[in-house]
Amino acid sequence: MERCEIDAMISGIRDNRPGTLARAISMIEDEEPDSAHLLEGLHPFTGGSHVVGITGPPGSGKSTLTDRITKHLRKRSKSVGVVAVDPTSPFSGGALLGDRTRMGDLATDPEVFIRSMGTRGSLGGLSRAVYGAIKVLEAAAKDVILVETVGVGQSEVDIARVADTVVVVFVPGLGDDVQAIKAGITEIGDLLVVNKADLPGASRVESVLESTLNLAPPREEPAPKIASASAERDEGVEELLDLIEEHRNLARESGLLELRRRMRARAEITAILARRVSRHTEGYLSDGDNGWYRRLTRGEVSPGELAEELWSKLLGQESEG
Amino acid sequence: MSEGRIRVLIAKPGLDGHDRGAKVLARAMRDAGFEVIYTGLRQTPDQIVSAAVQEDVDVIGLSILSGAHNHLFPRIMQLLEEAGAEHILVIAGGVIPEEDIPALEKLGVSRVFTPGTPTSEAIGFIRERVGA
Repeated sequence: MERCEIDAMISGIRDNRPGTLARAISMIEDEEPDSAHLLEGLHPFTGGSHVVGITGPPGSGKSTLTDRITKHLRKRSKSVGVVAVDPTSPFSGGALLGDRTRMGDLATDPEVFIRSMGTRGSLGGLSRAVYGAIKVLEAAAKDVILVETVGVGQSEVDIARVADTVVVVFVPGLGDDVQAIKAGITEIGDLLVVNKADLPGASRVESVLESTLNLAPPREEPAPKIASASAERDEGVEELLDLIEEHRNLARESGLLELRRRMRARAEITAILARRVSRHTEGYLSDGDNGWYRRLTRGEVSPGELAEELWSKLLGQESEG
Repeated sequence: MSEGRIRVLIAKPGLDGHDRGAKVLARAMRDAGFEVIYTGLRQTPDQIVSAAVQEDVDVIGLSILSGAHNHLFPRIMQLLEEAGAEHILVIAGGVIPEEDIPALEKLGVSRVFTPGTPTSEAIGFIRERVGA
């Protein structure tokens, strides 16, 4: 791709042309060589959107909630980008991305852009390309970007490194108090929402969450807030959105937002570097002819020493190139 | 375009509420390594085309059992052209009478799969036409 084609793409993104946004996100997902240049070019236009993460167990109603929140945002005249992640099969590499089934009538709103993504091997509840997709949507000047994770269990906490505000969705019937005290996703929420509030047991979940928060040691960040909603019936969503906006404003004033953004940049840089290192080393280690394994089994080198050797080799290559 | 994974939008235009076939196909395509975006029941042509553009799919698979294909498919093809997305391969399946197929193919529907077609045939057809 020529420099001017990338420039044309960037201006297409800034003009909010859906086809261009879509193509750009695909380039990033497929890790096409030009995607690095594209992301460089987009960088100056990023940082203006409110990135909201929506996470929670499978079947907790994340997609329906995302749909309702988007509709309320539209009533407030905000433009919205949605990135919805579903799991990629580790066996076939394929994925069934079904989040759009809950968002059908948003498809034709020109101020809403929805993109479904497979995790493609990432284990933290997101896809590696999410960082890039957020940048594309930020450059298209979306006011709010909703990032819906895969249905998570207890340790998929990548969303905390991506979002300005994290909403964790709970539902009645998933377990006792101990589940809520366990480390992991319950710790990353700025807002804890009990969805399906019309079902029996919902108020009990709320009180368990409350007592869990009371037990929590004091922390620097403001304590998470608890809300209840029935996304299906569109109840409590307006109030939830108020809390989401309030969180963003408080976070901006207190410097928390700055801190989160710094963390996000750090995670992104680390990920780019890690990817590069693993590409180099995997190439070397999958080559059967260079004898590294023989040296290892004969006891000539330890894995640590081999790693050290590879590292020097890598640094040498980088300084030459 | 063939560098990445094949992305397919499975859509149910019109008013019939039967999506068993669509789901069976979606599942088979997932197992074949495709990324399948399923949009659910009762989609309008506008919704289908906007979703296909946003998702940057290589293929749209239309599943229809209501008999309204002669009415809905021309509209979908027209909207795709207006959106500059005529590169997307369109295939169809469901209850579509043989005598309607030539006209649909003339519109630009690449292939119509009638009931009883093994899923592997549709998957093979997509691989052949889209690559990867």
